[in-house]
Formats: sequence, structure tokens, C-alpha cells
Amino acid sequence: MEFLTDMVDSLTDLQLKHLEEKAVEMREHIIEMLLEAKSGHSAGPLGMADIFTAMYFHVLNHDPRNPDWKDRDRLVLSNGHICPVQYAALAMSGYFPLEELKTLRKINTRLQGHPHRGVLPGIETTSGPLGEGLSQAIGMALALKLDNKSAHVYCLGSDGELQEGNPWEAAMFAGKNRLSNLTLIIDRNNIQIDGFTEDVMPIEPLKDKFAAFNWNVLEIDGHNMRMLVDSVNEAKAVHQKPTVIIAHTIPGKGVDFMENKFEWHGIPPNADQAKQALDELRTLQGKIEADQ
Amino acid sequence: MLNPNLKLNEKMFSDDAQKKATRDGFGEGLVELGNSNPDVVVLTADLSDSTRTDKFAKEHPERFFEVGVAEQNMAAIAAGLAEAGKVAFISSYATFSPGKNWETIRTTAVYNKANVKIAGHHSGVMTGPDGATHQATEDIAITRCWPDIQIYIPCDNIEGKKATIASTKIDTAVYLRFTRDKSIVLTTDETPFEVGKIQNFWISDNPQVTIFATGYLLYQALLAAKQLDDEGIQVIVANVSTIKPLDVEGVLSLTRKTQAVVTVEDHQVMGGLGGAIAECLAKHRPLPMEFVGLQDTFAESGTPEELLAKYKMDAPAIKEAVKKVINRKG
Repeated sequence: MEFLTDMVDSLTDLQLKHLEEKAVEMREHIIEMLLEAKSGHSAGPLGMADIFTAMYFHVLNHDPRNPDWKDRDRLVLSNGHICPVQYAALAMSGYFPLEELKTLRKINTRLQGHPHRGVLPGIETTSGPLGEGLSQAIGMALALKLDNKSAHVYCLGSDGELQEGNPWEAAMFAGKNRLSNLTLIIDRNNIQIDGFTEDVMPIEPLKDKFAAFNWNVLEIDGHNMRMLVDSVNEAKAVHQKPTVIIAHTIPGKGVDFMENKFEWHGIPPNADQAKQALDELRTLQGKIEADQ
Repeated sequence: MLNPNLKLNEKMFSDDAQKKATRDGFGEGLVELGNSNPDVVVLTADLSDSTRTDKFAKEHPERFFEVGVAEQNMAAIAAGLAEAGKVAFISSYATFSPGKNWETIRTTAVYNKANVKIAGHHSGVMTGPDGATHQATEDIAITRCWPDIQIYIPCDNIEGKKATIASTKIDTAVYLRFTRDKSIVLTTDETPFEVGKIQNFWISDNPQVTIFATGYLLYQALLAAKQLDDEGIQVIVANVSTIKPLDVEGVLSLTRKTQAVVTVEDHQVMGGLGGAIAECLAKHRPLPMEFVGLQDTFAESGTPEELLAKYKMDAPAIKEAVKKVINRKG
């Protein structure tokens, strides 16, 4: 695996520390939400917490008080089932009150089991059915170009959804149309509901596939927020091509007994498991704070 | 007689009646919209000529997107454009869009409340020689069940243009249904077109049956009415150009006197216009009904005329249905 190594850091140590703390807090919210909801997905949201933290607290040019701001960067979540991490990120950013996270998946909630545009501020599109996000991100990128706006569109998607046909239709289109204001970040956590992606239906060689579709391809450790920020900056500097960042993540990251277990794809923790998970995360939080 | 208030094409029954395809009206409507509304964008999936989007493409190349043979991608890109403020028209054959990409449209356009207009072309057996794979005969059924969608089916090219333009008056999804072959021009520029309004095209002093027709088959219904009149049977023929929202008031008022209904559509008899009228009447005032359309079967290759005759959707079949429903009246 090739990682970006010689990039200039764009995060200071202090910024990184701050983001690491935020990421732990985000994971705590995720565990608490899932416990309260009694259904939902655990592994994906925990695995993507670092990337969502870096996006919402460093990368995105957005305004939680003005979610419809026309010049905002767009973050399109394609694999909607990991929405607990996005809900946590939005609430922590100030789009809606943190207390509302407890309503996840409950009757009359704005926090639908899969995200729904229009009911909750900050949600750019309804998603859940896999493979549809990249095309919508393309549509937004086209519209921004037509309107001469410099905002950037980020699509966050999963590896499993690349087994759909639609993402490749979209990849073909974005490559042909040289959509340089579009960046796709793939959560390469190697799991899906029925098992490991390479057992269920192999998607490798992923880098070669995107390169063949005329994309700029980067590969990172998805828990290294410096790497993410650097690669996002590099993506924005590339002209004439869209960029895909293949982010290698550990599903269930931060909670030892969930890590790398595909069984945790689609289930929530019970009370004991949640307590154990939160203890682990709080210990980690204490460690980060103590290091300061 | 033809309703004089609607300024219909008086020459529709003559041998030299003008013929044009409803899809031509779509093409003209798009060009007009493109000129008047800078937010209108158009997408096609390798069918710019067949869907008549080529004219818009020539006039507004920067707002025209060719996605290749990829209907799911087309629908979701359109949703993305709409989410960023555009009015996005997608166009393909209806069997593929909204057929093949049904769930994509459901999620990204309809449920998402994105401003996407779905133009389904080559609807019905009228598509002809291409055969059943390319004849969209279930598209009304699969779109009508979506909450919040509006469905417009023009009866001729003039209504096709009006319906296309009217679809931009709301900022949510609309399904527009078009046909391939040329058909008789039934209306004029002066004929009023109102979304959600059924219009009474053929009026009679003592009608015994109300015929609700949609799309180009309205002509066959009018022809049947004219011939029935000569035989001493009077009917009403109404144009249902908006399938959803259905004009409930119109259905009830137009059937108050006749107490019997025939529906006419180039579509499966289940789930389309007939289904919509039946649901409405079952709820408000059940009446005997006959359904003219494709009777739970796929059609085949042939000319439109041959297919309408074989599958009993032409004027003789409509007359038969009228007589049958009269016999069923209590």
C-alpha cells in the first residue's frame, strides 16, 4: 500500500490534538445514540469518525447557522447507513442540538434511520440505497461550475457499494467531464453485511480501476487526520481530474471488541457492550487530554 | 359534438388532419424553457434525437448533459443538479427511465423532493415495430404510486409543449409521458391546458357513458364517440391529461348524468388511468366500468394501427366497451 509521505503538514500539533479529542467525543455520541435507538449500524460510523471530524471541523467551508448558504462546500454521504456519524458531526458543529441525537430512529424524529434531506439541516441529500451518492455529487459539481462557484463537492462512500453499477457509471462521467471540483472519499474498511468485500465480491484493484476511469487516485490511512487533510488539499490542487481518496479504515475503530468484525456492520451495542465501549473511549479521551 | 368552448382542432376528423408526435411538443417546450429560464438543464442517456432533446442541446450546449447509456446515473446526476438549484429534465425511453432507474428516481428525486422532471418516451404499444421491450406499458402504474409526484400525459404535440412548460411551475418531481409516432393534432394553441383539470372534449345532450381517455388514444375515443352518435348512442369524452393529482371533482361531475364509465389508455389496464378512475369512483360513487388498454399481457412488434386493432384499443374496441357498459347499467 502506498501512502502519501512527503506532504507538507497542514495541521499543527495543537489542531491535531483538538481534532483527536473531537473524534473521541464523536465516537461516544455514536455509541450513546445506537444504544438509545436499539437498532442501527455500529462499525461504519466508528470507522469513519476520524474522517468526519476532519471534514466538519477542518476541511469543509460551511456555516451551521446558514445551512443553505449557496457557496458552501457540499458533503454528500452516499452510504447513508453510517448516518449516526454524520448526525453526531452535524450536532457537534451546531446544526441542531446535541440532545436531539437521542431521537435517532424514533417516531417523529428528524434523525431518520437513513438520512433524509429537507427535514434535518446540513443533510445535502437523502441516501441509503447504495451507489447513488457519487452521481448526485456530480450533479452538484456541475451546477456549481455552471454558476461559477468555487465551492468543492465531497462524496463520502463505502467500498461495498462499489459492487453496484451506478458508481462506475458516475466514475466514467466524472472522468470524462474532468470534474476537478469533486472529491470522492471511499471508506475502505473491507467489510459488508455478508462478510469481507474480497470474499463477497472483490472490488480490487481499486486504484487501477479509478485510474483507468481518468481519476486522480490517492490512498491514505483513514485514521490519520493529517494525511486526510493533506490529501484533500492535494485533490483540490489537481486540475482537469476528479480525485478519489481511498481511505483505509478499521471498522468499529476505537472500540476493541468491534474492530474489524463484520458482525458489527448492522447492529447496535446492548447496554453492557455500550458501557464497555464508552469506558474504552473515555480512557482514550483521558489519555489524549493527559498528553497535552 | 366537439366542445366548442375548448377551441379544439375542427379538422381532426378530416382525411388531411395534421399529425405530429407528442415528443415534438416536448422538444419545443424545452427550447422555450431554455430561453426563458437559465436554471433549466437537460440530460439524456444516448437518446437525444429520439427524445427530441437535440434541439435544446444545440441552443444551450452548456446546459445539456449527455450521460451515455446509464439511466441510473442520469437520474441521480439530475437530482444533484436540482439539489444545487437547477430544474433538471431527464429523458429516455420510459421502459428505462422511470423503468430501469425506478428506485433511483424514487429516492433521489421524489422522496428527496428534488426538482427533477422525468420525460418518459416511447410509451405504449404505439412504439410499434421495436416490440414489447421498448413499449412502456407499465410506467403510469409504477410512477402513480409515488407520493408527491405529478403525472401529465399530453394528448397531442401542442399539449406536449404546454405540459412540458407547466411542469416547471412546481419545484418537485413530475412525470411526463410521450409517444413516438405522429398522431392527430387534437387541440390548438388556444385550447386551455390546466394541470389537474379534466376537460370535456366531446359533449352530448343525453350521454349514456363517460369515456375518460389519456394521451393520443383520446383521438380513438373521439372517433368512437362520433360513430356512436351516428348509431344513436350519445357519450361524453373527457381528456385526462393530468393523471395525478386526479381531478376528483371532474370525475364525479362528468359521471353524474351517465352513471357508466369507459377508460382508454395505451398502458396496462392495471394501475394506470383506469385504476386511478376506479379508485376514485370506488371511494365516492361506484359505477360500472370497462377498461380499454393492454389486458394484462405484453404486446409485440407491428405497426401502431395493427397493434391497436389486435390488442383492442382502437375506436371499434372502445365502441364495444361502451355498449358493454351500457348493458351493465342497472
